Amino acid sequence: MSARVAVQRYALVGAWIAVIVLFCVLRPDTFATTSNVQNILGSQAVLLVLTLGLLLPLTTGDFDLSIASVLSLSSMVLALLNGEQGWALLPAMGVALAAGLAVGVFNGACVVLLGLDSFIVTLGSGTFVAGVVTWISDSRTVTGLSPQLSEWVINNRILGVSLIFYYGLALVIALWYVLTYTAVGRRLLFVGRGRSVARLSGLRVGPLRWSALAGSAFIAALAGILYAGTTGGADPSSGQSFLLPAFAAAFLGATAVTPGRFNAWGAFIAVYFLVTGITGLQLLGVDNFVQQLFYGGALVLAVALSQIVRRRAAGREAVAA
Amino acid sequence: MPAPHSTTPAAPQGAAGEAPPVIALRHLTKRFGGATALDDVALTIEHGEVHGLLGENGSGKSTLIKVLAGYHAPEPGAELEVNGRPVRLPLAPNQFRELGLCFVHQDLGLIGDLTVLENLRIGELAASRSLRIRWSRERRAARETFERYGFDLDPDAIVNEIPETDRALLAIVRAVEEMRATLAHDERGLLVLDEPTVFLPREGVQRLFALVRDIVARDASVLFVSHDLDEVREITDRVTVLRDGRVHATVVTAEATEAELVELIIGRSLAAFEHTAPERPSGDTTLAVRDLAGRTVDGVGFEAHRGEIVGLTGIIGSGFDEVPYLLFGARPCRAGELVVGGRSHPLPLMTPRDALAARMALLPANRQVDGSVGTLSVAENAMLQVLDRYRPAALRLRRLRSDAAALLDRFDVRPRDPDAEYASLSGGNQQKVLLAKWLQTEPQVLLLHEPTQGVDIGAREQIFTLLRDEAQRGTTIVCASSDHEQLAAVCDRVLVFGRGRIARELTGADVTKTRIAEAALNSSAGTASITTDTEE
Ligand SMILES: Nc1ncnc2c1ncn2[C@@H]1O[C@H](COP(=O)(O)OP(=O)(O)OP(=O)(O)O)[C@@H](O)[C@H]1O
Ligand SMILES: [Mg+2]
Repeated sequence: MSARVAVQRYALVGAWIAVIVLFCVLRPDTFATTSNVQNILGSQAVLLVLTLGLLLPLTTGDFDLSIASVLSLSSMVLALLNGEQGWALLPAMGVALAAGLAVGVFNGACVVLLGLDSFIVTLGSGTFVAGVVTWISDSRTVTGLSPQLSEWVINNRILGVSLIFYYGLALVIALWYVLTYTAVGRRLLFVGRGRSVARLSGLRVGPLRWSALAGSAFIAALAGILYAGTTGGADPSSGQSFLLPAFAAAFLGATAVTPGRFNAWGAFIAVYFLVTGITGLQLLGVDNFVQQLFYGGALVLAVALSQIVRRRAAGREAVAA
Repeated sequence: MPAPHSTTPAAPQGAAGEAPPVIALRHLTKRFGGATALDDVALTIEHGEVHGLLGENGSGKSTLIKVLAGYHAPEPGAELEVNGRPVRLPLAPNQFRELGLCFVHQDLGLIGDLTVLENLRIGELAASRSLRIRWSRERRAARETFERYGFDLDPDAIVNEIPETDRALLAIVRAVEEMRATLAHDERGLLVLDEPTVFLPREGVQRLFALVRDIVARDASVLFVSHDLDEVREITDRVTVLRDGRVHATVVTAEATEAELVELIIGRSLAAFEHTAPERPSGDTTLAVRDLAGRTVDGVGFEAHRGEIVGLTGIIGSGFDEVPYLLFGARPCRAGELVVGGRSHPLPLMTPRDALAARMALLPANRQVDGSVGTLSVAENAMLQVLDRYRPAALRLRRLRSDAAALLDRFDVRPRDPDAEYASLSGGNQQKVLLAKWLQTEPQVLLLHEPTQGVDIGAREQIFTLLRDEAQRGTTIVCASSDHEQLAAVCDRVLVFGRGRIARELTGADVTKTRIAEAALNSSAGTASITTDTEE
């Protein structure tokens, strides 16, 4: 019984280890190196942060499809203000975060006050914001960001790993704490699982959903700043490529650690499982489209596996049609 | 009129020589992880028999039924014969249809977001090979079906928005229709009803029983699960009693007294719950309702006193069942004022948060949708209301869990595992968890809607005691229920509704099951045509 639970909880960790072992064997001289490990941990922390933000609305039962656009928006605002207009870094970052937060507050208002479906609202606002980003940037890549930001984000290292990884890790711990050890975390969960129960139990369903959407946009804006720091600038479109991986990691992460719940450590493991696989494939020299095959395939496969494990645990239950 | 079942030619006990039993089940064992839910169970249901399945909460009744539905796979070694033909277990998920079995599960199995019509036709739609659904024809057919059962329901209504009673009737009608479709070419079947009556007012039960007799007369059998011994004694021919997953006894209903049945089920006799209603209420007024108007009720006003238990009842459509929700701000209210704890609240503006701030609590009848989250743990469900007592910014999880365990102990919830998934508890135990959830908040006013639905006879007495103790402590309790026996057992006063208004007030010696039932019927006389007969 408890062995089964353990299998279900840590199957993803097992898969991650299997991927690591596989590439260590296939590419011992490039994959199994300290610098590669440091590279893997540092390079995809932006995705980690973005995924963590997404966990909030997913927990309250809402989708946020605008996160990738918000990421682009905040990195572009930062690059324009700091790189082109010559603002100091901190005020520029403040404006970038505020811009992201504004999108989240708007999303929340539509969902809570007007009772619209979050899927549609964020699909619309995400497209709108992507348009705004292209507009304010004139469709060009903006550079000239203060090198100070890159120092804070990637150039400074602890144990050879860029600081950005530790920012991501800190956020994992913070979110884990909030979702597990605070009353607010429990309430978010009830709002997501049973709106009616939550309402009749006196929870502020509207404000909680609203805060979750605002929170995911704010964290996406934070991810945008980190992204600008890693690239030293901003371009209007590359942020969009984070959308599917963030959802894949969030759902994959929900099959691990506390299966059935969106959780921060699960998301952490899922992000690095996906990134490890892709880095390994790149080292094997496969084509770029394999990334997409991997993201999509891993998601479906892993979710299917966790379902199978769960069904075993429940005693070979037939699923009634 | 359907022939009374006792005089049906193929009387169940005598049928053995002629037709084989509809269901013969042997050596059925089912384990969940380490726990044994069913242990070497044998069950035989004869042709044309209404067979009762009784037992305490968690004794395995629903599990047995889910094995027949192909939902649970039993341990190897179980044998099943349907109409004398051996059938291999586990059943494939939809195999029960071919075998002529059909089910009304405890949770009714309706899809709340779909319309009445879609729910009614769901089985047919799943099996249909034609490409186009002719909705207008389906709609007409549905109307005719409902008419035949004498029950008035809009096929286009969304299931979540119709009253609980109608939902239960819909699920039952659907099962019976599917059964009839099967019987047309097979003439042998089994209708399984897992606690179908918990939502039903008395006349709804009569309607259901008329249906059941009708089906039995057409040479099918019924497996009937209920905690209500009056109903069991009225409708069943034989009963099988489960205790801790084993068959404790199978008896002919007519040969057992009620006390004997009680003893078979809970293993001890039950002292009748004694409470004498006072002639007139004493104590301060803690709650006053004025000019309440909701969907049905209009211009309702009443007062309740400290430590008093006030019952609300009536027939279907009399509006009594919406009162707790209106007072709690859970449903839109057209007009009304509530004075509680010395403060006046305009009801159209009331929200559940305001109600909680006024130290009110509501135990809704729809456990699955309004009361709990099945996929979360028992402790999480039970402790939602009191999280702030455990340092909300850094929850004391261990204390939370041990307090939850103590709470489950106090309310005798089985199993006593705070980490169990809520949905895995038996129906009655789920209900006890919700009572525990709200009683631990020590409300000043407790609003209840069918508080003992699905609860076994032993636990029911425990809940009565809990409620009386709560009242003793000064809580004002308002209990809306169509279970007249329950109202008679716990209430100090009963308000009987008819046509959306309070028609009668029963106090003192009038608070008895018969008087309440009479008053409920009389108060609506002439307004609703009460049909207990569905034969065309
Ligand atoms: N899916 C499940 N997983 C684990 N345990 C389960 C599951 N379903 C039922 N059980 C356990 O099996 C036992 C029998 O439950 P069952 O629902 O059959 O009881 P019941 O007789 O229908 O009770 P009630 O009268 O309260 O409805 C209970 O102890 C219950 O907790
Ligand atoms: Mg049951």
